[in-house]
Amino acid sequence: MNIIISNSGDKPIYEQITGQIKNLIMSGQLKEGTPLPSMRTLAKELRISVITTKRAYEDLERDGFITTMVGKGSFVRAADTRLVREERLKEIEALLAKAVSVADSAGIEQSEVEEILHILYTDNE
Amino acid sequence: MKNAIEVKNLTKIYDGFKLNNISFEIPEGSVVGFIGENGAGKSTTIKALLGLIPVEEGKVNVLGHLIGEEDDASWREQLGVVFDECSFPSELKVKDIARFMKHIYRTWDEKQFENYMQKFELPKGKKVKELSKGMKMKLSIAAALSHDSRLLVLDEATGGLDPVIRNEILDIFREYVEDEGHTVFLSSHITSDIEKIADYIMLLHKGELLFMESKDKLIYDYGLVKCTKEQADKIPSDIVVGREDGAYETTVLISDQGLFRTSGIMEEAMDGEAKPVIDRACIEDILLYIVKAQKEAI
Repeated sequence: MNIIISNSGDKPIYEQITGQIKNLIMSGQLKEGTPLPSMRTLAKELRISVITTKRAYEDLERDGFITTMVGKGSFVRAADTRLVREERLKEIEALLAKAVSVADSAGIEQSEVEEILHILYTDNE
Repeated sequence: MKNAIEVKNLTKIYDGFKLNNISFEIPEGSVVGFIGENGAGKSTTIKALLGLIPVEEGKVNVLGHLIGEEDDASWREQLGVVFDECSFPSELKVKDIARFMKHIYRTWDEKQFENYMQKFELPKGKKVKELSKGMKMKLSIAAALSHDSRLLVLDEATGGLDPVIRNEILDIFREYVEDEGHTVFLSSHITSDIEKIADYIMLLHKGELLFMESKDKLIYDYGLVKCTKEQADKIPSDIVVGREDGAYETTVLISDQGLFRTSGIMEEAMDGEAKPVIDRACIEDILLYIVKAQKEAI
């Protein structure tokens, strides 16, 4: 398992970790039942605070990707297709929100944005 | 969650200085960095919590023991303490240190000490008084790490050490707290080191504890806004921590980037005017701006 953190840039480290582990799970690279490193070991290896890794693992557990058992550690849960879909939808919503924000600030109407969306889809076919 | 250190209402008065009623808790398993100017009272706080100086007021609990009311001091073997002065007898040779340390600490680990002496390249045959400042510090740190301890307390222990060895020491601390029963409390002027290793950061200024905050919150919520004077005036005052008005730009340290971004000030630049930017605030920036704001408030 590789986790690559950037210290520069706006994305908080715990979000980077959560995002990367989610991707590894959703793409099948981390299989169900695989044990994850302990929060403290991960913190030591990545040279970050244990508060950060704790937060990342808590978010992963909240979102249903891992399960943590006291004394035993954290393990990957089966990649629930609903969960995967949910994650992707969240991503799409965030990206579209950005597009809408750009459109608004330039005075571009919704209909023009929808037109672009339509073209993107038909081009893909 | 147990606390490795609990300080309540600690007050210490010297001529011209007062450590003013400070209270804080250091959770077990954490690394807490203690920052502040020279003379802020960091060393006083550390000496007080170790029971090395008498205090006017306050209750201190270290590893569950009430300081000042100990019947039996043997629990102090669980402490590893490093000050900025090397406290080994100056006439002793480095290799002799181990011989008497094993009589002081039941859990003295000779092999561990040997490893550190090698790692830190300490000349075994030299007397303590012949060592450079850096070497004395490395020796003190090696000794503090070579017995089974639960709490490491370091007071400006790494000043004068080069970045390479400091990074090695930070890695040693990281490994030390991999065991959740181990805690590190360190004061340092090298804010970049504190930024790298701390879970929580405490800022002391003129005897007052200004904050104890998680490092992540400081790094991600705080920010340095660079903008025009007029834009700076619009920033909600409760998130303004400090401000510097320059000839060409104004810099404002804010404590809540999220709130600032939604305030609309970012989008407000006039035609042709430079837009405001937000830079990450490093721990040093936070220290500088807070101290500056404190000085100007007087």
